[in-house]
Amino acid sequence: MHQAALLGQALTDSRKFGWECSQQVKHNWETMTEAIQKHVGSLNRSYQRALREKAVAYVNSYGEFVEHHKIKATNGKGQETYYTAAKFVIATGERPRYLGIQGDKEYCITSDDLFSLPYCPGATLVVGGSSVALECAGFLAGLGLEVTVMVSSQLLQGFDQEMAEKVASSMQQLGVRFLRKFVPVEVQQLEKGSPGKLKVVAKSTEGTEMIEGLYNTVLLAIGRDSCTKKIGLEKIGVKVNEKTGKIPVNDVEQSSVPYVYAVGDVVEGQPELMPVAVQAGRLLARRLFGGRLEKCDYINAPTVVFTPLEYGCCGYAEEKAVEVYRKENLEVYHTLFWPLEWTVACRDSNTCYAKIIYSKFDNDRVIGFHVLGPKAGEITQGFAAAMKCGLTKQLLDDTIGIHPTCAQVFTTLEITKSSGLDATQKGC
Amino acid sequence: MHQAALLGGMIHDASHYGWKVAQPLHDWGKMAEAVQNHVKSLNWGHRVQLQDRKVKYFNFKASFVNPHMVCGVSKGGEETLLSADHIVIATGGRPRYPTHIEDALEYGITSDDIFWLKESPGKTLVVGASYVALECAGFLTGLGLDTTVMIRSVPLRAFDQQMASLVTEHMAVHGTRILRGCTPLRVEKLSDGRLQVTWVDLASDKKDTGTFDTVLWAIGRVPETRGLNLEKAGVRTNPNTQKILVDAQEATSVPHIYAIGDVAEGRPELTPTAIMAGRLLAQRLCSRSSDLMDYDNVPTTVFTPLEYGCVGLSEEEAVARHGEERVEVYHAYYKPLEFVVPERDASQCYIKMVCLREPPQLVLGLHFLGPNAGEVTQGFALGIKCGASYQHVMRTVGIHPTCAEEVAKLRISKRSGLDPTVTGC
Repeated sequence: MHQAALLGQALTDSRKFGWECSQQVKHNWETMTEAIQKHVGSLNRSYQRALREKAVAYVNSYGEFVEHHKIKATNGKGQETYYTAAKFVIATGERPRYLGIQGDKEYCITSDDLFSLPYCPGATLVVGGSSVALECAGFLAGLGLEVTVMVSSQLLQGFDQEMAEKVASSMQQLGVRFLRKFVPVEVQQLEKGSPGKLKVVAKSTEGTEMIEGLYNTVLLAIGRDSCTKKIGLEKIGVKVNEKTGKIPVNDVEQSSVPYVYAVGDVVEGQPELMPVAVQAGRLLARRLFGGRLEKCDYINAPTVVFTPLEYGCCGYAEEKAVEVYRKENLEVYHTLFWPLEWTVACRDSNTCYAKIIYSKFDNDRVIGFHVLGPKAGEITQGFAAAMKCGLTKQLLDDTIGIHPTCAQVFTTLEITKSSGLDATQKGC
Repeated sequence: MHQAALLGGMIHDASHYGWKVAQPLHDWGKMAEAVQNHVKSLNWGHRVQLQDRKVKYFNFKASFVNPHMVCGVSKGGEETLLSADHIVIATGGRPRYPTHIEDALEYGITSDDIFWLKESPGKTLVVGASYVALECAGFLTGLGLDTTVMIRSVPLRAFDQQMASLVTEHMAVHGTRILRGCTPLRVEKLSDGRLQVTWVDLASDKKDTGTFDTVLWAIGRVPETRGLNLEKAGVRTNPNTQKILVDAQEATSVPHIYAIGDVAEGRPELTPTAIMAGRLLAQRLCSRSSDLMDYDNVPTTVFTPLEYGCVGLSEEEAVARHGEERVEVYHAYYKPLEFVVPERDASQCYIKMVCLREPPQLVLGLHFLGPNAGEVTQGFALGIKCGASYQHVMRTVGIHPTCAEEVAKLRISKRSGLDPTVTGC
C-alpha cells in the first residue's frame, strides 16, 4: 500500500517531466486490496509448497503445552491431537493491542485488518505513534484520504527523536494532521456502513482537555502483544516476562527450559523485525541439526520506517549515543539534501536529511547512521554491511560517491552539528 | 530523462495498484525545458559559489604559451595572458564522431546535444555500445520513441560481460531494437529531411538500410587536449588516447601542472572521482593534507532502464587475477516486491558477489542489476572499502522489503550449480 501511495506521488511528479497525466487521478481501493491479497495468498502457498517439498508436516491447529515435551493441538473443528518432540521452537509473534476502552474491539480496526479491508476506510483516525501507525497514516494520506494521527506521547519511541520529528514534519507537508498528547477514551458508532461513521472522544494526557472527532474509520496501532499467554508455557516452566509477555533467551535462542527455543517478536530484547527473526531461525536450525556454531548477530540490525518519506537507520539514535558515549566523545555530521528526481518535480529542497554519528574512540568509527529520503531501505542496507565491517569516517571520506544518487551524500559529509554551520545542499 | 522514462513505467504500474489512469502521451518539449532549466540553475549555482569564494572566473578558451603562462581568448577574440604557480587542467572530453562516415557531424547528434533538443528526436538510431549509448537508447524507448541501438561488438566493454548481457537483454525485451555485430557505412539525408542509414552486418557481410529521424553517435569520447598547446608547456600525453599522463599526485610531466578528471590517463571517467581528485589536490596544494586519491574500488552505476550498479572486479577480472579455483561467485535472480502487483518481468533482476574462495572470503566485486541500483550499491562500496568479506555481509541483517536485502541473502554459488532463483518472502 506504501508502494501504491508512492506511485500516486509519481503520477504528480510525472507531469513535470512531460507526461500528460490528467490532473485529478482517483484511486480505487478494491483494485489495490485485491492485488495485494492475491500476492499474500501466493506467498502463503509458496511457503506451504516449500514445507511439503522438505517433508515438513504442516498442522493447522492451535498448540499449547500440556506437559514436558508434549503439546495439545486443537484444530478449527475442535478436534484435539497430541504431539511430542525432543525440541520446540516458539515463534508465535505478536498481535495488535487494543486500548481497553468502550467501543474499541467492536468498532476499531488494526493493521491486521487494513490490508484485506473490502471497502475504502475513508477519513481515518490512526491511534498510535509507532512505525506501524505512521506507515499506515502515510499511505492512506498518499491514496488521497483524510488522515489524523493521535499520539499519547512520543512518536517512534526508541528511534532517534530528531529523525522522528522530521518524519512527522514530512507527513504534515502531505496533509496528515497530528493530535499530540491525546488518548481516546471512547469510540461510538454513529452510523453503520462500509465505512460507517464513528465518534471518538479523547482526553489530553497533560490536563483535563477533552476533544471529539468524527471519522469513518479508527485504526489502532498502539503496539503489539506477544502471543505467549495461552500456550501453556507456565505448565513447563518457561520463564516469561510478566510485564511484556516476552520470553527471555540466551545467545543461542534458548529459553529457561533447555529444549524450548524462541525466535522472532516473542523474544525479549531483540528488534521486532522480520529479517531478524528469519536470520535467527535459520542459524538456530543450522546449530541444532547442521553442526554449525554461528550465532545470530543482533548488533546494528538496520531498520526502515516506510513512511511516505522513508527513514532508514542503523546503530545508535543520537540521544542514545550521547547517553552511552557522552557528547564530547562524539561527532555528528549532517546535511540536508535534494534528490535529483525532486529537482525537476519541484519538490522541496530542504526536506531530505542525512546524519552520521562517529565515536571519537576507535578511529572515528560510525556508530549511528540515519537517512530520511526516498529509497531509504535500499540506501541503508549497504551501509549496515559496512558498519559490520567497522566503517570509520576516514573510510567514508575515502569512498567515492555514485552520481547521481541520494546515498552519495554520505561520502561528502562536511558539516558537523558542533560547528553550527548551515547544512543545506548546494550545487551538483 | 532517465527519470522521466522511469516515471512512464510507474504510471503503467499505478493502474495495477488502483490508480485510475490511462497511459498518457509524453511531451518532449516540456521535459527538455525542465531539464535545461535545471542544468542552467546548476551552472548558475557554481558561478555563485566561485564568486562567494572570490575565485576569478574567466569565460575564455585557454591554451599554453609556456610552462607558466596561459593565453585566454574571449568570445570576441581578445587575448589575455595569465600566469600562475600551479595550473590544473580539467577540460574533460567530448563525444567522438565517426571519421569514416561522411557528414557524420552534420547529420548526427551526440549526447551533448540530446538534452538540449527543443523537439522530440523521433525515431532514433543510437550508434555505440557504451553506457552513454545504452542509457540514451533506454530512456528514449521509455518515453515512447522508436529506438534502435547499433553495437559493433560487445556492449559495455569495460564491464562484467554477464551483467552487460543482462542489461541489453532487458532493453531488448522492453522494446529497444538491438542490432549486434553491425557498423554503419553511410548516412544520407532524404528529401523529406529524414536520415537513411546504411550499415553492414560484420558476420555475414550483408548490407541493410533504415530510415530514422535522428542518429545519435555514442561511440566514445575524446579528451579535450588538442587545442591546449600542451607541447608548449612540455606536458606529455599518451599518443594512443591523447590523454594527459599523470602520477599519483595528479601531476603531469611538468611538476607544477596537474590534470584531473576525464582528461587524465588511467582515471575512471566519472564525475565523483574527478570531484574528489580535485578536492584532495586542492588540499595538498594548500598544504592542508597529504592524502592521495584512491582509485581502487570506485563504485559506479549504469542508468539503463534496469539499472546496473557495480563496485570492484568483474567476474572475468577476478578469475584472470586469482584463477578460477580461488574465486567463489554467489548469485541470485530475485523479484523486486514492487514488480509483483504490476506483473513486471523480473527475469533480468540479478545480483552476483565475486569473492575469494578462501575463508573469510574477501569480497572482490559486487554486481547488482535492478531498480535503484545506485542507492543499493553505494553502501556496499563502503563495505568493500572496509575489507568486507562474504561472512560480514551474511551476518548483516536484511531490511525488508528491499532489493538490497537480497545481497545480504546470497547463498547459492555458481560452483554448486544450484538454481539461484530466490523464492518466498
